[in-house]
Amino acid sequence: MFGEDGLLNELLVERFNYCVYVVLLLIGLYAMIAKNNLIKKLIGMSIFQTAIILFYVSIGVKEGGTIPIYVAEHDPHGHHAEHQAHPEEANATEETEENATTATTLHEEDHGHHGPRSLTDEETSDYANPLPHVLMLTAIVVGVATLGVALALTQRIYRAYGTIEEDAVLAAILAEDASTVIPDVLATKPKRTSSKSRKAKKA
Amino acid sequence: MSENSIALIFVFPLFGAVLCALVGRKSRNLCHPIAVASLAGALWGGIETLRRVIASETNEVSYYFGGWNADAYPRGVGIEFRADYLGALIMLVVVGVAFLVAIYSKLPVAEETPEKEGPFYTLFLLQVTGLAGICLTGDAFNLYVLIEVAALTGYGLIAMGSARAAAATFNYVILGTIGASFYLLGVGYVYMKTGTLNMVGIQEVITANGLADSAAMQVAFVFICLGVLIKMAFFPFHAWLPNAYFHAPTATSSLLAPLVTKVMIYVMIRMTLTVFGVDFSFENTLWTEVIPWLVVIAIVCAATMALAQRDVKKMLTYLIVAEVGYMVGGIWVYNYYGFIGSIFHIISDACMTLCLFLGVGIILRKRRTTHFDGLRGLFRKMPFTMGGFFVGGFSIIGLPPTCGFFSKWYLITGGMLAERWEYMVALMFSTMVMVVLFFRLIERIHLAVTESGENIGHGHGDLALPESETFFDEAHWTMLVPLLLSASVVLVIGIFNQDIVNLIQDFLEPFDLPKGTGR
Amino acid sequence: MVAEPTVVNDVRPLIAVLTPMVAVVAIAWSGEKRKNLREIFTLLAGLVQASVVLSLTPLVLAGNVVEFHVWQIFTNVPMLLRVDGFGLIFAAVASVLWIATSLYAIGYMRGLHEHAQTRFYSFFGVSLCATMGVAFSANLLTIYFFYEMLSVSTYPLVTHMQDKEARKGGRTYLSYLLFTSLCLLLPALSWCYVWLDNGQGAMDFLAGNSMSEQFSDTTQIVLLLLFTFGFAKAGLMPFHSWLPNAMVAPTPVSALLHAVAVVKVGVFCVIRVYSDIFGIEVLQALDGEQIMVWIACATIIISSLIALSQDNLKRRLAFSTIGQLGYVVLGATLATKQGTAGAVVHIAMHACGKITLFFCAGAILVASGKKYVSELRGLGRKMPFTMGAFLIGSLSVIGLPPLGGFVSKWYLVLGALERDYVWVVVVLLVSSLLNVFYLLPVAVRAFFRNENDNEEGEGGLKEAPWQCVVPLSCTALGCFGLFFFSDVLLSLAGL
Repeated sequence: MFGEDGLLNELLVERFNYCVYVVLLLIGLYAMIAKNNLIKKLIGMSIFQTAIILFYVSIGVKEGGTIPIYVAEHDPHGHHAEHQAHPEEANATEETEENATTATTLHEEDHGHHGPRSLTDEETSDYANPLPHVLMLTAIVVGVATLGVALALTQRIYRAYGTIEEDAVLAAILAEDASTVIPDVLATKPKRTSSKSRKAKKA
Repeated sequence: MSENSIALIFVFPLFGAVLCALVGRKSRNLCHPIAVASLAGALWGGIETLRRVIASETNEVSYYFGGWNADAYPRGVGIEFRADYLGALIMLVVVGVAFLVAIYSKLPVAEETPEKEGPFYTLFLLQVTGLAGICLTGDAFNLYVLIEVAALTGYGLIAMGSARAAAATFNYVILGTIGASFYLLGVGYVYMKTGTLNMVGIQEVITANGLADSAAMQVAFVFICLGVLIKMAFFPFHAWLPNAYFHAPTATSSLLAPLVTKVMIYVMIRMTLTVFGVDFSFENTLWTEVIPWLVVIAIVCAATMALAQRDVKKMLTYLIVAEVGYMVGGIWVYNYYGFIGSIFHIISDACMTLCLFLGVGIILRKRRTTHFDGLRGLFRKMPFTMGGFFVGGFSIIGLPPTCGFFSKWYLITGGMLAERWEYMVALMFSTMVMVVLFFRLIERIHLAVTESGENIGHGHGDLALPESETFFDEAHWTMLVPLLLSASVVLVIGIFNQDIVNLIQDFLEPFDLPKGTGR
Repeated sequence: MVAEPTVVNDVRPLIAVLTPMVAVVAIAWSGEKRKNLREIFTLLAGLVQASVVLSLTPLVLAGNVVEFHVWQIFTNVPMLLRVDGFGLIFAAVASVLWIATSLYAIGYMRGLHEHAQTRFYSFFGVSLCATMGVAFSANLLTIYFFYEMLSVSTYPLVTHMQDKEARKGGRTYLSYLLFTSLCLLLPALSWCYVWLDNGQGAMDFLAGNSMSEQFSDTTQIVLLLLFTFGFAKAGLMPFHSWLPNAMVAPTPVSALLHAVAVVKVGVFCVIRVYSDIFGIEVLQALDGEQIMVWIACATIIISSLIALSQDNLKRRLAFSTIGQLGYVVLGATLATKQGTAGAVVHIAMHACGKITLFFCAGAILVASGKKYVSELRGLGRKMPFTMGAFLIGSLSVIGLPPLGGFVSKWYLVLGALERDYVWVVVVLLVSSLLNVFYLLPVAVRAFFRNENDNEEGEGGLKEAPWQCVVPLSCTALGCFGLFFFSDVLLSLAGL
């Protein structure tokens, strides 16, 4: 269990990033579901989303990998040849690029003057994979937007019910339901449609 | 123009949305025409796309935004938008439904969310962009972004209603985010193992590298399915849906109820067939055994809960949950006919749900309530509206020749060929519940009997209503025409279902799905 | 069975089916304000439909079938209308009796000052369209379409009174009919669709039957049960109680729909399944097919016994109808040529007799407001035509010559003897006796039990309006006519 191939070694050393994100994910999930305060729920949501962002970022990382800007003179080869300690386990991206049928993932920066060219595996092996990071820019934007909407909703709920405790909101809703009587439309004459009345006002 | 038809589907609503946002402050009355016009444009683009897909030899049409096309770059470099029969059909449903709702929404929006035409139509058009995008995108991460686009605008649209709507939306935000995040997580694992986000690319890598047994891929599949199930309000995860749609403004629920859950079913079909592949999805997992039973529970529970409702709109929201069960079941009984049923049911369910929600919106506007108590004498007051509403109801029950009958037929056939008897029984059960539900409505609309069963009036169908409630008073044409159009679409799709099913069959043919035993 | 019939393509079946629908539009357009015009449209539609149907007779008698392809439902399963002998008999009965009923309905509805008459006539038209569709369907799916259409379109007719009783009746009506058709029939249909020849035209009535090749004996029995009970309109016990409950409807509805159209659609579908989907030879060879004969016989006897105890005239007639439907199903289950022909002919014979009885019941209600058998004393003197017609109708239903009912019962007996089911003959005799017991007292009481104290109070009682009396006299005469022209029906039924 504690040895080189042991479970603990695998979890804490080789797959450390996964452990971190799973723990964060669960914390977030717990807060979202179990917390009573709406703001705390949103904090949970933020943690939850961040956990996933961390996961993505971590799979794009290569130990010692450099920023993926291809400069012909600055050949990263050789400098970092010795560090591939756990090619299979720790660095899934590596496996990725070997497995992919296409020669490589994208390197848009590269095609500036001489048109697009796929780099060989040799050339790319020491660049960190930029794509997960780029994806996460989008995910962060989405997260911020979600949080913004959710905060606006919380504000609206607070204005309507005077509380941001879920229990209290639910109680208020129940009280509201109990007090509303189904409008006895069939006994009274319904109002004229408001669009017409508003038109009349305008005129 | 025609070769850019896929782009037009997005360009029209997107620019319409921007325009609405700009114009909305000064001249609110312009927003509705802008929305209708841009959706008409999108509808044209959609029809053109389907036409091109049918005309093309491979039965699919690709489009790369920004010119990152597959000829010059390796697959996966640019974000591909790909229309095949499945995607194009569902996209067309999305745009068509949105177009009808846009026409319909003029009065409800002006009355229920006064002075907010600008924001409403902005969000409305963005919502359509997102949903249509989900149907056409060929990129797994792009799909996530579009799901979130649709979700975020959806939150806004729903929360525009009462304070109750805001409270309901909050739950939706939480569950929706969990769902979408699970999907994102799954995509992360997929990318890790395959190194590409292009859907076809992923499938190629899975087969080429034999990733079927990979644990990481299994995890990815589970996360993606779970996320999609939450987003589609599959039974144990349905809690967000009824309240959100019930308290949403009329126009919003008419747009979201027919589309959102259905589009997520589409995502599930896309994931199982195109992305992970049939072998991976259905033969390597325990899910094939478990999900049909979950479906049974889902259908039975949702139908029973629908039975307990005393409000038409609330009842319909539970029906949506039950229908989601139908479609998920159609996928997971894993049979050729089940898939036909599921895909066809996406189309037909969207049409009939639209029909019903449009009808409910009119009832709400006329009677100020959708409670069962407020239904009496409606047929005499609005015969055309109620006629359209009943067509939708018959379709949900599954009476021929409405489209609901045909989709249910294929689902039952699929269940039978896969020898999934429990699924068939659940379908039958929910069919009976639907019969009870809709004839309960029809009774109330048609008969002169009070809730407690007392006769009222002086016999001879005297409804004992104030005169204002019995004389002929049809809905405004902007609301009536979309309703009648959707009702006739329900019938036309039913009658000419063979044409659509042929397209679906052409789509399914290459996947080599089991067709059942030849007993 | 016989040589392949020649197929003639003709649009007339479609015209016959669509005529009522066109009439519905015209009726709805005319509305309550132009009621004469509205009722002229109804009668006109009936005349057009009947003449179109009857104009097909020579073609069919010459051994042709008339087809019209409407649209393609599924691969290999079209929406196909086809007129053959069976269908023609049924269609002719329904459409001719529709004319009589339309006329009768005018008298009845006006006589009782009923509300919502436009709705009534409209949905009547829709029901007739569906009935015609069933009669002319060429495959199981087409028949199912029209069958469901009939269930739904008769609901507003059954609940016409819109009161509490109507709600109860309507609920029972729909829950029985839709439960059986959606939960028993639909699976049976998709079963056949999927596994019979892999859906290659297997639903067609002319395709010849391959049941025994495709299915084991047990499966065939299960299918047979699903079909027989699935078509609950046939009123087979235990799925019969929708019929007495549907009697809350106005009498023209009970007369045409619940003595002729709807219930006969049920038994007609059963006959179709037995003789054209399974096939007589297959059924004869099938072990356990006797179960069906037992069920039919039980229905006949039990319903006759229940009818004895009913005081409400319409309910008594309803239980009598259930018993008579049992005859038709019995004929089909006997799986002989003569039995099947007897069953088909019995549709016509019973229709004519039973509609007379219902017309009379309605006429009594219009003229005197009486609903119960026990109230009918002495009515025969005041309403001689009505009660005379009632007597003739009763005798025809009982099956005495020279009335139509005799012919069909005769062939049922022949069919039973061909399969050596002597006990079936006994059942038929016993049930005829029971018919005598529950039908004749009604007429007898009306004519002979004339108590003086009643006569004084209701001295002013007269016959119902002429629109009521003329149709019922015509149908009563029709019972004689059917006896003398039964050879035409029999040759249509393939004998």
